[in-house]
Amino acid sequence: MSTLNISAPRSPRRPAARRSNFELYSWLFMRLSGLLLIVLVLGHLFIMNILDGGVHRINFAFVAGRWSSPFWQFWDLSMLWLAELHGGNGLRTVINDYARKDATRFWLKILLYVSMALILALGSFVIFTFDPNISG
Amino acid sequence: MTATTETAPSGSRGSQPPVPPGAITLTVQIRRFNPEFEDEPRWQSFEVPALPTDRVLNVLHYIKWYLDGSVTFRRSCAHGVCGSDAMRINGVNRLACKVLVKDLMAGNGKPTTITMEPIKGLPVHKDLLVDMEPFFEAFRAVKPYLMTTGHEPTRERIQSAADRARFDDTTKCILCACCTTSCPVYWTEGSYFGPAAIVNAHRFIFDSRDEGAEERLDILNDVDGVWRCRTTFNCTDACPRGIQVTKAIQEVKRALLFKRV
Repeated sequence: MSTLNISAPRSPRRPAARRSNFELYSWLFMRLSGLLLIVLVLGHLFIMNILDGGVHRINFAFVAGRWSSPFWQFWDLSMLWLAELHGGNGLRTVINDYARKDATRFWLKILLYVSMALILALGSFVIFTFDPNISG
Repeated sequence: MTATTETAPSGSRGSQPPVPPGAITLTVQIRRFNPEFEDEPRWQSFEVPALPTDRVLNVLHYIKWYLDGSVTFRRSCAHGVCGSDAMRINGVNRLACKVLVKDLMAGNGKPTTITMEPIKGLPVHKDLLVDMEPFFEAFRAVKPYLMTTGHEPTRERIQSAADRARFDDTTKCILCACCTTSCPVYWTEGSYFGPAAIVNAHRFIFDSRDEGAEERLDILNDVDGVWRCRTTFNCTDACPRGIQVTKAIQEVKRALLFKRV
């Protein structure tokens, strides 16, 4: 009788519990940031695309005028950070769920974190240092 | 001298029984795989006479006993109690002993085709038979037994009806793996505990007599625990016992979130 050649059962690679609340907080963050983003993003889209002629009135002066107010600076800054972290965390869970190999998972996450850091840094830099006097 | 059935395939019961009146002919497609001889699974079709009131398990028995004795599947009690004949029937996880042919029949007298596959996400041993060990490993990992401290009481552990009702739903689990193997997160990441393990953790976490809730919640708070649940409700749809699996998972999440059982 020939011996059965069955591939070994998928042995769980579950590491010991880390006793950290990171997954709990990231889950909670997704819910809270999602609620805030509904207001922030829909408000943003309404102002940019529908109000007062919508997208046709947007130019450099329009953006400069908005960002002269700390309120809109804060609005755009919180939208940038919440959306980037919300989307980044969502992609992190997608990578965790669907990457087959540890190496793939690692490099995809590095790519994700680097792109998140770049976009957050660039966006924050522009909002904080924006100067409407373009010639000067 | 005993009668021999030389022409019948091995494992079969010989000549086919008479077809009962009212029977229809089903086309049954089974996902076959024999790792001794094949590299890849393949589909095999059988024509089976069946009554609308037959269970899918009867159809499988007919195939095994009269058409091809090498068709391999698990079944034990055959009445929806032991949970051993979970399989993917027409693309959804069901117990073969609890699905009736009439519920799978095509309308308007069109020919009916039933597909049967092994449950997904567990290694296939042969045909519809899978290795359940990864599933039971996750089950054991949540410590599904009574944990107490101190001396054993001399009288029984009293529990109010309201306290008992708290975890009544999750006591119904028969460990058939229908829920865990319908979960898309489990398909792609086998280290996820899976719905069945969380259901059985829930059964003890919310038991007023048990004192191990914190330990189990710690286990399920990790990256492979309840936070991996994407609430697709596949598990709730698949459960042959009607357990509100996704709700149980959400209750564990809530217990973690508010540090209150």
